[in-house]
Amino acid sequence: MQQTPTTKFGDKGRDKFMNGKNTLLEVKNLRTYFDNKEGLAKAVDGVDFEVEKGETLGVVGESGCGKSVTSLSIMNLVPQPRGRIESGEILFHSNGEVVDIASYPPHSKKMREIRKTYLAMIFQDPMSSLSPVYTIGSQIMEGIQLRHNVSKKDARQRAVEMIQRVGISPAEQRIDDYPYQLSGGMNQRAMIAVALASNPSLLIADEPTTALDVTVEAQILDLMMELQEEYRMSILFITHDLDVIGEMTDRVIVMYTGKVVEIGSVQDIFYNPLHPYTQGLLKSIPKIGRHKELSPIRGSVPQIYNLPDHCHFAPRCPERMDICTSEDPPVFNVGENQQAKCWLYDEKGGDR
Amino acid sequence: MVNYIIRRTLIMIPMIVFITIVSFLIITLPPGSYIDTYLASLQRMGGQVEQERAEAIKARYGLDDPVYVQYWNWVRGFPYGRLGMVFSEDRPVIDVIAERLPYTVLISSLTLLFTWIFAIPIGIYSAVKQYSAGDYLFTFFGFLGVSIPNFLLALVIMFMGLRYFGVNLSGLMPARYMGEPWNLEKIMQVAQRIWVPIIVVGTAGMAGLIRVMRGEMLDQLRQPYIQMARSKGVSEIKVIIKYAARIAINPLISTIGWLLPQLISGGMIAGIVLGLPTLGPKLYDALMIQDMYLAGSIIMISIILVLVGTLLSDILLAIVDPRIRYD
Repeated sequence: MQQTPTTKFGDKGRDKFMNGKNTLLEVKNLRTYFDNKEGLAKAVDGVDFEVEKGETLGVVGESGCGKSVTSLSIMNLVPQPRGRIESGEILFHSNGEVVDIASYPPHSKKMREIRKTYLAMIFQDPMSSLSPVYTIGSQIMEGIQLRHNVSKKDARQRAVEMIQRVGISPAEQRIDDYPYQLSGGMNQRAMIAVALASNPSLLIADEPTTALDVTVEAQILDLMMELQEEYRMSILFITHDLDVIGEMTDRVIVMYTGKVVEIGSVQDIFYNPLHPYTQGLLKSIPKIGRHKELSPIRGSVPQIYNLPDHCHFAPRCPERMDICTSEDPPVFNVGENQQAKCWLYDEKGGDR
Repeated sequence: MVNYIIRRTLIMIPMIVFITIVSFLIITLPPGSYIDTYLASLQRMGGQVEQERAEAIKARYGLDDPVYVQYWNWVRGFPYGRLGMVFSEDRPVIDVIAERLPYTVLISSLTLLFTWIFAIPIGIYSAVKQYSAGDYLFTFFGFLGVSIPNFLLALVIMFMGLRYFGVNLSGLMPARYMGEPWNLEKIMQVAQRIWVPIIVVGTAGMAGLIRVMRGEMLDQLRQPYIQMARSKGVSEIKVIIKYAARIAINPLISTIGWLLPQLISGGMIAGIVLGLPTLGPKLYDALMIQDMYLAGSIIMISIILVLVGTLLSDILLAIVDPRIRYD
């Protein structure tokens, strides 16, 4: 296996023949910081990755690893006034044009234009992500009317179609329901309808099924895959649930303390995980028929204040070497499509 | 909804009966009666105590009757619009109330309007620009408004008016307009003075309202549906007004009911200082000299206003918040 160090993620980890032509989103050295009372929180600290057109990119990691902040950065909706995109680029490709989302103020007209035309987001908690005082119909229509210059009647017609499409029936009646009149699963469908009504190029799903029970979860995931096929959109799928990742995604990035630690195809991540953190996550999943005891990762995610310059995972790592606590590992290419930020893959490695 | 309103209104009837009893008991609790107080003050001033006249008044108003007889004499006039007599002025209570209620309602509703018109936008601004200089400035003035006693502010404004502008701002109009028919001149006079009680009483309530609105807004701005709305490309001003403020205002609406009784009790002291022709100062006087029917009637009206106000709040809340249903 050939291993060459590189400085950033994203060069590999996807089919070479697609390179350049089909990129939808490039995140380059993104840093998103928060000025909290406890100090400066580097929630996202130098993240690189790309999203291809039509693919589903999974983002995994424990809570507090910067997954959600990454997604909010792409929407340019980092909670203010404490949070801000410190540096980096978020390049969005549309119609041969490239715009840098990170360069626009969050509430600027241009940014709103990008959001309503190309981006959409579904949130974790369906019950609180829709306004309780407006009907689901009016919340779907609002997006449609912002996106397309259509009459109220046409917008309503399209909203009915969307509600039908996401499997809420009878759509004609449910369109005038308020969120509190729907169950959690139905609300999640309604939120998907709100998100997809404007026909986005990139859908960011931030733990969209965490609040739902497993049968509803399966339905929602099926629905998302169907709709992705139909609308030919890309999905950035954020979750801590590896089973969902296995089912939904094409490629996966693994995040730890605001940094990407591994990137690869979903097969690589599951069958040949490189980074000890990824390996640890996989070992923590209970499986039917396996009688070995679960071996969760020791310790917990560190507070993201004043982190050391060396590998942040080192204190919890079962394969820790001397260099791990002295130098920060670069990104190593391993094989065709996989990269890991870990000293284990250094050619000079072995000085454990 | 209609059923609910009817049911609530019907429940109010026994409540009101109970309230009349409690109001009456409260005003008869202090020892003695109006006559005793009156005689005592006469004596203090060295005036001639006309024992016969006192006895005559006592007998006429039944002040020596048992409490339940007095109560019955009071309430049985209600259906005919009789609320008893004002001893000190020797005229029906209803006349005094009819004379003062319009001013009370006028001043109170303008005060309310003033408070809301300023407090709500300031609350929204303070939340959106949390910890900004503007936020701190409004908070500072808000607390200043709460901590300065009403009557003191009233005195200061009146003093400044007299000292620097040579205007007497006490009362709602110069004495010579009292009892005169309304004309443009009289309206102008009232307009010139009415802002004093509005500001004096309004500034006190404003800070509280600003804090409530600010807190509610901050709560709502943290909700996921706000980010959801932004992610659709909704403009920020619309996110703030249509989404956040729309819900943040609900708790304020539910407190409208409590404001109704304040029509009477709110700014009582300021009313006394400013010499306003409102019910508040009258209630104070009535309690001081044990003018029991007047005091009892005003207390009863203000408790009934609590009931009506609460019902009004509940109805309004059901209108603005679709989650609230009364079945």
